[in-house]
Amino acid sequence: MNDVIQVRVHAALNITPVIREITFEPVDTALPAYSAGSHVQVHIPLAQRTLRNAYSLLNAPADRTAYRIAVRLQEHSRGGSRYLHENLKVGDVLNLSRPANLFPIHTLGRHHILIAGGIGITPFLAYSEHLLREGASFELHYAYRSGLTDAYVQPLAERLGDRLHAYDSLERPLNLAPILSNQPLGSHLYICGPQRLLASVREQASALGWPDGRIHWEAFSSAEPGLPFSVELAQSGRRIEVGADQSLLEALEANAVEIPNLCRGGVCGQCVTRYVKGDVTHRDHFLAANERADRLMPCVSRGCGSSLVLDL
Amino acid sequence: MTLILKPVETYRDDFTFSNSAHAIARFPFPFPEDQYRYSVNIEPATSRDPGSVFEHWFDIDEHYRSEMAERARVLEQDPRRYLVMPHMQTASWDALQMFMEHLSNDYPALFSLTRAGDQWHWRNHVLGIDQHFTFGDPGTLPCEPLEFITRQVQGDIALLDQRDNDLFMDAGMVTSPADWSLAFDAGMSFKQWHTPVPMAHELGVFDRALKYLLNIQVDKPVRRLNWTLTINPRMDTSPETFHEWGHDRSTVTAENAGALVHLRVELQFMARLPRSNGLMFSIRTYLISLNELVTNPVWATRLHRVLRDLPDPIADYKGMTRYRQPLLAWLSQFDPHA
Ligand code: HEM
Ligand code: FES
Repeated sequence: MNDVIQVRVHAALNITPVIREITFEPVDTALPAYSAGSHVQVHIPLAQRTLRNAYSLLNAPADRTAYRIAVRLQEHSRGGSRYLHENLKVGDVLNLSRPANLFPIHTLGRHHILIAGGIGITPFLAYSEHLLREGASFELHYAYRSGLTDAYVQPLAERLGDRLHAYDSLERPLNLAPILSNQPLGSHLYICGPQRLLASVREQASALGWPDGRIHWEAFSSAEPGLPFSVELAQSGRRIEVGADQSLLEALEANAVEIPNLCRGGVCGQCVTRYVKGDVTHRDHFLAANERADRLMPCVSRGCGSSLVLDL
Repeated sequence: MTLILKPVETYRDDFTFSNSAHAIARFPFPFPEDQYRYSVNIEPATSRDPGSVFEHWFDIDEHYRSEMAERARVLEQDPRRYLVMPHMQTASWDALQMFMEHLSNDYPALFSLTRAGDQWHWRNHVLGIDQHFTFGDPGTLPCEPLEFITRQVQGDIALLDQRDNDLFMDAGMVTSPADWSLAFDAGMSFKQWHTPVPMAHELGVFDRALKYLLNIQVDKPVRRLNWTLTINPRMDTSPETFHEWGHDRSTVTAENAGALVHLRVELQFMARLPRSNGLMFSIRTYLISLNELVTNPVWATRLHRVLRDLPDPIADYKGMTRYRQPLLAWLSQFDPHA
């Protein structure tokens, strides 16, 4: 079974000055089915190398004729979101990884509370379709900056009616306390958005007595650019340079060292790699503190200071 | 080689079940070396060795008619071998689709599927089933979707719900278990249903296996082999019917072991269910009498060594303590160094 799906850009539309919605259609076979909350990695062919960025799938999961994603232009982009905004054209053919789900809906939830900040709305578009179809009880809280990240307010208002609670951050800031209080037993909370939002929802929910198992978040922290560094592979003796705007995983792949990977955002645990020496900036959400002594997640973490030696 | 299906044989009472030379040749002998220990023996389920049990996702073999007849009999006596919790509807349809697509593609002479949108037409030429239905609408099938399809597929099936970083046994069709019960395990988590297994927990086998299973991706299934021994070619060795088969273990002697004792190998297959994000676990069981098995001298010698050196807790768990000595006496004749 092929690891990548070839797709053609069917439509690309700027829905706000910073958000572009892209629709992919299959090149030959039907697209694989997926569950709400799934993402794909888009292989972005930059001039020097191919980047892989993860984006949530937006459309109703039952729909297998197209995949839709929404891309926010990142100011500190490594070039991926800029390429998708400025270079990608209708008719272009690209590779996607197969869909995977690191942010699934809890099947036994009695009531689902979705909280989105800005572009974090994307997984909840698929969630909403799924929950409507199942006749499930839910509410969506959507905080945005009007004219900038309010891409889906109008269509959601039409589709969800009073299940949607919209917060234009300048006029009506998101007030968490009433949302997190007095919710029925068996409620589950889902958060997607900037780290600030994530942190404050988790903090307040936990102060109000929400058990950890009922709070779910999508915590992509895709490889931030950093300083260049070099690694040595202990078993082959090879030396590999990692550029400032490249992750360690990408540098290894560029040198034909394949590491299993899935999220490319430090959460799934697939890319775990042992190291024998060196200082590491750990940026993952997977390893326990004691595991970090000899393991790292190359999709997000980087070497710093003394030279890094991997057990590869 | 084209697949030839045998007429119905029995897995109970007169036990007419047997393997053809072809079935013996493709039997999945599970021991790569002379000793067996529990390990995380999981590999990607890539197709290999055309004609082998590893070629297709769902292997259909000469015993197809017999197994389907046996399943129908078990269900008639005990409908609780089938179970679907209410939140497993989407997963059931996922499973039906996965079976229908793969079976019709891999065995076009036996099964066919045509589709126009949600309107599906399924034909099973062996069992004479011709069904038009609307995908996703249970009212258009004669029974629930998981029951409908698993009455037509060899092997037991469990559907696991994935939540809270764990797997839960929330649906299944289990009519030929190696001494475990779906009704008992229903709703349990991965480690809960594995509680009775000795030694493996301490080795960290289940911690690592679970982490791996939670990350299985769509269209990237994995598989592993498991094995035990069964007296007579009996498919239904469930706790619910223990009174019917438990005493068989005391009938084994150094003379009759070759005919009575069967190696029972499970080819376990784990695949992500795309819409529900659940996991399918299928357990395809292969039985072979030791008389049939020793026609392969390499297997005969190796089985002797594996069983001789098996740690007692594992032998006990697999229920062979009562007859281990007479069995080893019989097998030792095939081991030049015994
Ligand atoms: C979701 C997938 C799985 C299901 C539904 C499943 C189910 C079971 C069940 C019901 C039993 C019998 C327990 C009893 O005695 O009551 C069992 C035994 C066992 N399982 Fe799993 N299992 C799964 C995956 C795995 C995996 C991935 C491993 C990997 C190492 C594993 C290792 C074992 C072992 C070693 C035994 C003991 C078998 C024997 O010695 O005969 N299982 N499993
Ligand atoms: S790829 Fe998921 S943690 Fe690195």
